[in-house]
Amino acid sequence: MKPAPFAYHQPASVEEALALLAAHKGGGEAKPLAGGQSLIPAMNFRLARPAVLVDLNRIAELSGIRDAADGLHIGAMTRQRAVERDPLVARRDGAPLLAEAMPFIAHPQIRNRGTIGGSLAHADPAAELPAVMVALDARFQVRGARGSRWIAAGEFFTGLFVTALDPSGGELLVEIVIPHPAARSGWAFAEVARRHGDYALAGVAAVVALDDAGRCREARIALLSVGDGPVLAKRAAKAILGEQPTPEAIREAADAAAAKDIDPPGDIHASPAYRRQLVAVLVRRVLEQAVERAGTEM
Amino acid sequence: MTLPLVGERVLRREDARLLTGRALFVDDVQLNGMLHVAFLRSQHAHARLVGIDATAARRRPGVVAVYTAADLGDYWQPGPLLVPPPPIPGLVFHPRTQVPLVKDKVRHLGEPIAMVVADSRYVAEDALDDIVVDLEPLGAVVDLEAALAKGAPLVHEQLASNLAAHVVQKKGDYQAAKAKAHVVVSRRFLYDRGISAAIENRAVAAQWDARAEELTVWDTTQAPIPIRNGLARMLGLLESQVRVIAPFVGGGFGPKIMMFYPEEVLVPWAARRLGRPVKWTEDRQENFTATTQERGQVHDAELAVDEHGTILGVKDVFLHDSGAYDSYGLTVPINTQCTLLGPYAVPNYYTEFTAVFTNKTLVTPVRGAGRQHGVFVMERLLDFAARELKLDRVEIRRRNYLRPGQFPFDNEIIFQDSAPLVYDSGDYAPALAQAAEMIGYERFLREEQPRLRVAGRHVGIGIVSYIEGTGIGPYEGARVTVEPGGQVRVATGVGTQGQGHFTAFAQIVGEVLGVPMERINVVTGDTREFHWGTGTFASRGAVVAGTACHAAAVAVREKIFDVASRVLDTPKDRLELVGGRVKKKGDAGSGAGIELGALAARANPLRGAVRPGSEPGLEATAYYGPDRGSTASGVHAMIVEVDPETAMVQIQRYVVVHDCGRLINPMIVEGQIQGGVAHGIGNAFYEQLIYDDTGQLQNASFMDYLLPTATDVPRVEIAHRETPSPLNPIGLKGVGEAGCIPTGAAFAQAVEDALADYRLEITEIPLSPDKLFDLLKKTRPAKRNLVVIEGSFVFQGPRPAVYALLQDPDVLGKSLPGAMRLDRTGDGRYDGLMKVGIGPVTAAEFSVSVTLSDREPPARYGMVVEGKGPFGFTRGTAQVALADAPGGATEMTYRAEVQVGGTIAGVGQRLLDSVAKRMTKQGLEALNTALTARL
Repeated sequence: MKPAPFAYHQPASVEEALALLAAHKGGGEAKPLAGGQSLIPAMNFRLARPAVLVDLNRIAELSGIRDAADGLHIGAMTRQRAVERDPLVARRDGAPLLAEAMPFIAHPQIRNRGTIGGSLAHADPAAELPAVMVALDARFQVRGARGSRWIAAGEFFTGLFVTALDPSGGELLVEIVIPHPAARSGWAFAEVARRHGDYALAGVAAVVALDDAGRCREARIALLSVGDGPVLAKRAAKAILGEQPTPEAIREAADAAAAKDIDPPGDIHASPAYRRQLVAVLVRRVLEQAVERAGTEM
Repeated sequence: MTLPLVGERVLRREDARLLTGRALFVDDVQLNGMLHVAFLRSQHAHARLVGIDATAARRRPGVVAVYTAADLGDYWQPGPLLVPPPPIPGLVFHPRTQVPLVKDKVRHLGEPIAMVVADSRYVAEDALDDIVVDLEPLGAVVDLEAALAKGAPLVHEQLASNLAAHVVQKKGDYQAAKAKAHVVVSRRFLYDRGISAAIENRAVAAQWDARAEELTVWDTTQAPIPIRNGLARMLGLLESQVRVIAPFVGGGFGPKIMMFYPEEVLVPWAARRLGRPVKWTEDRQENFTATTQERGQVHDAELAVDEHGTILGVKDVFLHDSGAYDSYGLTVPINTQCTLLGPYAVPNYYTEFTAVFTNKTLVTPVRGAGRQHGVFVMERLLDFAARELKLDRVEIRRRNYLRPGQFPFDNEIIFQDSAPLVYDSGDYAPALAQAAEMIGYERFLREEQPRLRVAGRHVGIGIVSYIEGTGIGPYEGARVTVEPGGQVRVATGVGTQGQGHFTAFAQIVGEVLGVPMERINVVTGDTREFHWGTGTFASRGAVVAGTACHAAAVAVREKIFDVASRVLDTPKDRLELVGGRVKKKGDAGSGAGIELGALAARANPLRGAVRPGSEPGLEATAYYGPDRGSTASGVHAMIVEVDPETAMVQIQRYVVVHDCGRLINPMIVEGQIQGGVAHGIGNAFYEQLIYDDTGQLQNASFMDYLLPTATDVPRVEIAHRETPSPLNPIGLKGVGEAGCIPTGAAFAQAVEDALADYRLEITEIPLSPDKLFDLLKKTRPAKRNLVVIEGSFVFQGPRPAVYALLQDPDVLGKSLPGAMRLDRTGDGRYDGLMKVGIGPVTAAEFSVSVTLSDREPPARYGMVVEGKGPFGFTRGTAQVALADAPGGATEMTYRAEVQVGGTIAGVGQRLLDSVAKRMTKQGLEALNTALTARL
């Protein structure tokens, strides 16, 4: 379990990093190294054999959390543990869903090294952060040799470990912007894992907003570990939008999520049928909690 | 008056060194010019070794040597049979033992094929890629019943079948007892175990000193002395030329008593041959297939009881998985047979097992060593009988316990030491009552459970009991020496893997000699210090080596009194040992008598004579070899809460009432029990080795092989009962394995109780949420050995054209994602190259071959796709059928099974389903595009 030989670079700026990536562009030969919590184990198993590592850990401009008019800005290299402990994130007008989900990501030791952007760019279908970002309707800023562009979270995750980043490896995710929560909105996160910190068998991140009559006017329900990437449960949302969020309506939405929104994989820990059951249960529980929170004043 | 040390909660003296990183482990051994080893291990479970070419590896800079079986010459020998079969009439046993490197055939995943020695482990691993191995895969023997079916592939071709052993033991007449029974419960039980998961993997380092003509070997073994003796024999050296050191070892749990592992045979040999120190440290990936395991048994068992629940008899017929070799003999299934009877009076018993060779890693004892399998069967049968008789679970146990007047009690069934297990002492009913009291059994059932059920919560209680044969022979020894500085040195042959020997043995010796703990220095596991003994296993260290320490200390005490009697001119019976001094009884004051160090100096004079019939110094060596072991016992109880919607289980409380005779150090015993329970909880709900039909281990990492963590294991509430063993002077019984033995049985009972309204039965351990979900839904568990892809796809074109084009290598090539080229090499045969990478897995080139079969144009065909690359191999079998669809289109239905081997199989299984689906989808879409372009 020793990695194959590789070259190592430690750029001090995004420009320098992009230049290094561009120099080794093509064939996925160069890999950016963020927190290394997925890449390094894969290298030790020799499943990942990048010829070049471009270490982003010295790029100060990529870390930090700040509040702005358009939402909460989080640098891609911000450690997961920093996000977890940041008061701006935890505030009800920050990103409380994100704060609630953070402790479910692996273990504190891993969150101390792991970065928010690293997890998003890795796009593991069982990861919490992609689903949370989809539920929050976050936007991602990516930079490449040709400049910068914005991608909505819902469009960023395009497949199994595949994102909208330039497939030749020349682009970096640099910043995440999470819009401020709408009025009368609530959130919740839940997952079922074999042990705390394991890849979840299934998980749900949801944001709901109610109108003045208490009807559901917005519902973004994102599922994890039941598809190739985060799954936005559109059928479930449709089932509850415009409705009073009664237990019956919530149950209907949850059943729709399990029956119609997913085609879950099976593995040694959970069959597709078990995953469907977990989605039905978790969507129900998460919506109940999110609706309850939406109903309480800010 | 002696110091009361035995029975005290003395802090562990080794912990300061362990906790501050100053303890020596094998991997800490760093020597000048040291070389490092990596092994090329088989990625197949069963395969013929056709050829091996290490030329390129030998040429790689930094590589010093590459060895294959051919390079070993006469040194290549199958390992010894460690435990000969017990003397049971009619017993059948076929010994087949492991080999250092594969010569002709691979028999389990991870079996070593070649050894690379290089300047660093990195270079050694780089060189593994350079070795070209030609393995011809054979059908794998995985399932126990299938292994015995006619026509099954043979693990050992010289044998007529995969039967490794067949053993029948009985007492009384079960059939006659059954005829008189009021109720007979009969079930099939599956009980599986797993890896030992020691925190330190195995490691071997060796140095040949050419000037001294001495070999020093550092080894994580639980048995340094037998390793020394065996290595001397194998290498043609005197035993005194070989020194084996088992320094601090990070957990043994059984597999480190196995010998000789291939690495243990090869690393010392290479060090001598190369004249340089050589080290190999097992990594966690290797550990999953190269270190022995304990695995499953399938029991068909029945219990006959009368109307009061009194046991009339038990019948049990089971299959036992031996793995590829049975070097450890029949220890595990024999323990199962014997321990099943537990603390109960069972007058009639018929037990029969068949041990089966499979293409899996060797099975040898892992903490519990087959006992939990038997305990599970017995305890579950009692639960089911109690349910039928509407009898309380505690009551049916109480009624069947052996009574205090029945000891010593011969259970008449052969135990792992080849003799029937005789329970030396025990007092079971009070332990059961105490456990029930501690967990609040009656109140729980009367008040708590009904109250929570009304609130929609599912809580349940489990309570079970067990016995454990411990402290078996043959013997251990110890030498106790009073040094002139006043320190007492204790040397014993058993190695230590965290049991607290440095403390427990010091307590025993300190109490006999009246010497404070801090002046006692214990050394273990170094053959230079003590070279008679067997090892640390079978819950015997404290009992056997501890008693030897006691005997040596008593002998030294006699010498002390002899010498002191002369020096102090006092009769021996007027002397006493206090605070490191020997003095006249009644003499007060710190200066009274003589300090032991000074007495030791007097006993070893530079001038004058040592009297005839006496020996110099204050030193004695003693041995203890018990005819039979002592039998510990206990009761475990737990409360669980189950969420039936998610099938998740939480253990809320765990109570252990335990009796291991007289306690040397209650704190250490509690540590053993807490750790054992953690092991048991892992076995009950988390840990299982999952093999597919080809013998690939699908969870070969801690990502998917789930060890319970601190959040999954409750604090265990422990009470001790002390029924002394009459077999040794202190009254000791063993405790090392106890904690994990009845956990699975208690867990099953508790979960079943929590889910009483679902009326389900748990007859299989480990349980998992996934299996519990199937039980709750009453669905048949899906077979998830293979990735199965099925579906249909509509091509926009007529059937004959679609069929023809599907056989075209250009088109076919497009259906294989990442195909770089595909050439037709024969009728229905294609070879090519594809480059595939997914997410974190770097794209790598795979050689690929496609074979079409059963072709019935334009209706159907079969296809086998095989790929081989740096991370492993894959084999997909597909059936394709075409049918006319509306609008001149063609509907293709397909079903494919995909098998994967190698690293990907071991660590990537959670993604296989998704990857297979995605690749199928990509392939079909590419095919359709190609077809559309053509049509």
